[in-house]
Amino acid sequence: MSDGERQRPMIELRHVHKWFGDHKVLNDISLAVGRGERVVVCGPSGSGKSTMLRCINRLEEHEQGQIFVDGIELTRDVRQIEAIRREVGMVFQQFNLFPHLTVLENLVLAPIWVRQMPRREAEALALQYLERVHIQEQAQKYPAQLSGGQQQRVAIARALCMKPQIMLFDEPTSALDPEMIKEVLDVMVELAQSGMTMICVTHEMGFAREVADLMVFMDRGEIVETAPPDAFFTTPKSERTRLFLSQILRHGAG
Amino acid sequence: MIAAAPWRWARANLFNGPLNAVLTLFLGYLIVVLLPGLVDWTLIKASLTAPDDRACAAAGGACWAFIADWFRFLLFGRYPYAEQWRPAIVIAVFIALLLASWNRRLPGGWLAAIWIAGLALSGLLMWGGVLGMPYVETELWNGVPLTLILAAGGIGFGYPLALLTALGRRSSMPAVRTLSVIYIEVARGVPFIAWLFLSLIVLPLFLPPGVTVPKLWRAEIAFALFIAAYLAEVVRGGLQAIPRGQYEAAASLGLGYWRQMRLVVLPQALAITIPAQVNTFIGAFKDTTLISIIGLFDPLLDTNTALNDPAWRMAYAEGYIFVAAIYFVFCYFMSLYSRRLEKTLSRERR
Amino acid sequence: MTTRAEGAPGRVAPWNDERMRSVVFQLAAVALVFALFVYLAGNAVDNLRRQGIAAGFGFLEREASFAISPTLIPYSPADSYARALSAGLLNTLLVASLGIVFATLLGFLVGIARLSGNWLVSRLSLAYVEIIRNTPLLLQIYLWWDVLRLGAPQPGAAWQPLPHVFISNRGVVFPAPVYDPLYLWMLVAAAIGGIAAFMLRRQARARQARTGRMLPAGWLGLALVVLPPVAVFFAGGAPYLLDLPRVTRFDFSGGQSITPEFAALLFALVAYTAAFIGEIVRGGILAVGRGQSEAALALGLTRGQLLRLVVLPQAIRVIVPPMTSEYLNLTKNSSLAVGIGFFDLFSVGSTVVNQTGQVIEVMSILIATYLTLSLVTSLLMNLYNRATALVER
Repeated sequence: MSDGERQRPMIELRHVHKWFGDHKVLNDISLAVGRGERVVVCGPSGSGKSTMLRCINRLEEHEQGQIFVDGIELTRDVRQIEAIRREVGMVFQQFNLFPHLTVLENLVLAPIWVRQMPRREAEALALQYLERVHIQEQAQKYPAQLSGGQQQRVAIARALCMKPQIMLFDEPTSALDPEMIKEVLDVMVELAQSGMTMICVTHEMGFAREVADLMVFMDRGEIVETAPPDAFFTTPKSERTRLFLSQILRHGAG
Repeated sequence: MIAAAPWRWARANLFNGPLNAVLTLFLGYLIVVLLPGLVDWTLIKASLTAPDDRACAAAGGACWAFIADWFRFLLFGRYPYAEQWRPAIVIAVFIALLLASWNRRLPGGWLAAIWIAGLALSGLLMWGGVLGMPYVETELWNGVPLTLILAAGGIGFGYPLALLTALGRRSSMPAVRTLSVIYIEVARGVPFIAWLFLSLIVLPLFLPPGVTVPKLWRAEIAFALFIAAYLAEVVRGGLQAIPRGQYEAAASLGLGYWRQMRLVVLPQALAITIPAQVNTFIGAFKDTTLISIIGLFDPLLDTNTALNDPAWRMAYAEGYIFVAAIYFVFCYFMSLYSRRLEKTLSRERR
Repeated sequence: MTTRAEGAPGRVAPWNDERMRSVVFQLAAVALVFALFVYLAGNAVDNLRRQGIAAGFGFLEREASFAISPTLIPYSPADSYARALSAGLLNTLLVASLGIVFATLLGFLVGIARLSGNWLVSRLSLAYVEIIRNTPLLLQIYLWWDVLRLGAPQPGAAWQPLPHVFISNRGVVFPAPVYDPLYLWMLVAAAIGGIAAFMLRRQARARQARTGRMLPAGWLGLALVVLPPVAVFFAGGAPYLLDLPRVTRFDFSGGQSITPEFAALLFALVAYTAAFIGEIVRGGILAVGRGQSEAALALGLTRGQLLRLVVLPQAIRVIVPPMTSEYLNLTKNSSLAVGIGFFDLFSVGSTVVNQTGQVIEVMSILIATYLTLSLVTSLLMNLYNRATALVER
C-alpha cells in the first residue's frame, strides 16, 4: 500500500444531505473514517444515525453531497455500488438471517455467488469464521433454532465471510435480551482489536469507551459533536450532548 | 348404565341447550324420513344393468347402468377405443404425481422436475407416433386425461409468467409496474369463459393466414394466461410478507437483483404461500369444465353428449353425480393437502 | 483521487448508471409490448378485411332478429343489437344482485352452522361446504337445470315446497306483489317512522352520555319503523297484497314466473357462493381471538354487548374484503349462463358475435363492461378498507 493510500480515509462523507419528502433526515453530514479506525455513532432516535450508516452501502440514497468508500465514489454507477457492497459488511438490528437456509448455507451464499468462490473453499472459510465467533457447532442448524445472541453472531460471521474492509453495525444489540448482549459485544471487541475499520451505531456506552477511537454524536440529522471517547464522556462541548449523555448514562447503559 | 359414554357424548354434542336439542330432533327426524329413500334409490333399487332409463325407472332406483354402458366414453371420450390403455396410464401417472407431491420432504426443485417429466410422459403417451403406438391428434384427447393435461399444462406454463408478473408488480420501475397491474387486473376482472372465447375465435385472427393452432393449444394459452394472473397475486402476497430486512441483507452482501430474488426472496415467498397456491390450483382444475362450452370434450361435455342418447336422457342425475365424484376426489385430496400444510406452516412460524 | 465540485454528481458511464439502466429497460419493455400489439392488430385487420367484415361499431344499430326472454326492459327481435346487449346486461345485474343477497343470507347461516356446538348441525354444514366447493360450478348448474327441466313435473302436478310457490318443468312460479296506492302511504309512514327512530337514537345517545342511563332505542326504533305502515295497511282496508298463481291445465296464470334457466343459474350460483361465504364468515368470527371475549366478559359486558361491540366490528373487518371477492366471482360466474341458454350479457354477446362476426368489437364491449364492474367494486372495497382500517404503527 502506498503512503497516499494508507493516509486516505476509508470512508469519507462530504456535505451529505438527504430528505424523506419534506423532512430533512441528514443535514450537511461530513465525516472521515481512517483505515482501522473504530467510530461509534450515538444519539437519540430519529437523529439520522441509521440513515447515515445505510447511505454508505447504498441501502439508502443520499441526495446531495458525496460519499467515498476506499476511494470509490458512491454514485448511481451500478458497478461502483456493487464494488462498494463487496467491501462493506453490515450487521443489522434484526439479524436478517435467511430462515430457509442453514447457518452454513447463510455464510457461503455470498462468497459463492458474488466472489465466485468454489463451494469447498467457501465452506472452509465459513467454518473458520464460525469458529471465530465461537459458534461452529451450530453450522447445520437453522436460524430459528438459535437464540438471538447466537443469530447475531452468525450474522457477523456472514458479513465477515465476504472479507470486507469495513464493517457497519446498525444497533446490533438493541433487539437482544440483556443476557445475550455481552456475547455479541465480546465478538465485536475482538473484531475491533484485530484492526477492522468499524462504524457502530449503538447505545452501549461501555463498549464505546472500551473500543472507540472516535465518538460521533448526532441529533436531528446533524453531527453535533465528534471527539475521542475520553474527551467525549468527561467534557462534552455541546449542551445537547450533555443532555443526551445524562439521559443515557442515568439508565445504566454505561 | 349401559353405554354411558355414547350417552355422555350425545348430551355434550347434540343436546347441549334447548336450541340444539330442538335442532337435533328436527334434523334427526329429517334423516330418518329421507335416508331410507336415499339408500333405496342409490343402492337397493338401483340398476347396474338395464337397456334404458325407462327400465331403471320401472325398477325404482338409480340408473347406474347408464354409467356402465357409457363408461369408456365418459372417461376417455372419442379417443380411439383400442388405444384407450394409453390415457388410462396417463391418469395413473397423474395420480402417482399427486401422491408423490403429498410428501413434503421432497425439495421444490425435484418436485417441479418430476411433474415436468410426468407431463412429458403423458404427452408422449397421448400423441403416440413412436414405439409402435399409432398417432392420435389432440382433437381426440378427451375426457379425464384432457382435464388433467390442460390443468397441469396451464399451471406449468403459467407459473414462470406468474413469478415474473409478481416481481414486476412490486418493481420500482413505474412502466413495468403499470404493465403488470394492467395485465393482472384485466385478466382477473373478466370471466374465464370470455378468455376462452377470445382464444378460440380471436386468436386465429391474430395469426398470419395459413397458421392454425389446434383447439387444445388455444385453450391452454387462455388457461395459462388466466392462472398466471391469479398466481401472481398469490406470490405477491408472499413477497409482501417477507420482511424488508431480508431484501436488505441480501443486497448488503453484494447480491444483484435477480440473485436476491432467486436465492433469498422467492424461495421464502413461495414456501409461505403454498396453501394459497394450492387453492388456486383447485380453482383452476374446476375451471377446466368451461372448455365444454367451447366444444372441447372434457368429462362434462362427454356426459352431456352421452345424455343425448335417447335411451338414457333421464339418467342426468347419475351422469352428473359420476363426473362430480371424479372431480370431488381430486379436489378434496388437494384441499386436504393445503389444509394440512397450512397447519404445519403456522406451527413452524410461531 | 480527483477532487470534484461539491454537490455535483460524478460523471457516470451511461450504461452503468442505475437510473439510465432502469429507463432503458422500461422503454424496451413498453416498446416490446407495443410492437406485439401492432403486429397482432395488423394481422387481425388483414384477416377481418379478407372475411369482408367491416370494423367499427356500426353494427350495433342493426336489427337483432333473435328473441330474449326473460327481459327487464321491453325487447323484441326487431330491436337493435345495442338494445339486446342492454337487455343482457340488465339480466346479468339482476342475477348478480339477487344472487349476492341470497348467497349472503345463506352463507351467514352456513358459517354460523359450521361453528355450532351441535355435532349434527356442524357436520351437515361441513358436508355441504365440502361437496359444493370441490365440484365444478358448471356441473352444478347443469344438474340444477336438468332437474328443473326434466325432473320437475308438469304444471298440473307441480311441486309445492312453500305455500303458493310452484316448481314445474315450465319454471318457478311465486306470488307477485300487486301495486296498490296504499303502498305509497305505507312507505310514507315508514319514512316518518324512520326519521323518528333516528331522532330517538340521537336523543338516547345524548341521554346516555349525560346521565349514563340507556333507553332500549334499538327496539323502540324498530317499532317506530314497522308499526306505522302496518297501521296504515289495516286502516286502508287491508287490500289483497299478492297476486297468487293459479294452476290451469298446462300452465300457471298470475303470480310471477321465472324460467328454468334463470332459476337453475340463480339457485346454483347461490348454493355455490354461499359455501364460500360460509367459510369466510366462519374464518372472520374465529379470527377474533378468544382473548377478546375473555377480556370483554371479565369487564362485565353481557354476551349480547360482547357480540355487538367487540366481536362483530372486528369480524366484519376480516370478512368484508374476501366477501367482496366472492361477490365479484358470483358476478363473473353468471356468465356461465351461456352454457344453458339464459340470456345474460355474455350469452347475448356471443349470439351477436355468431350473427355478425364482429368479434373484436363485441368482445371489447363485454370485457370493458365486466372490467368496469370489477374495478368499481374493488374501488368501493378499498375505500371501505381504508375507512375502517385499524390504526397501526
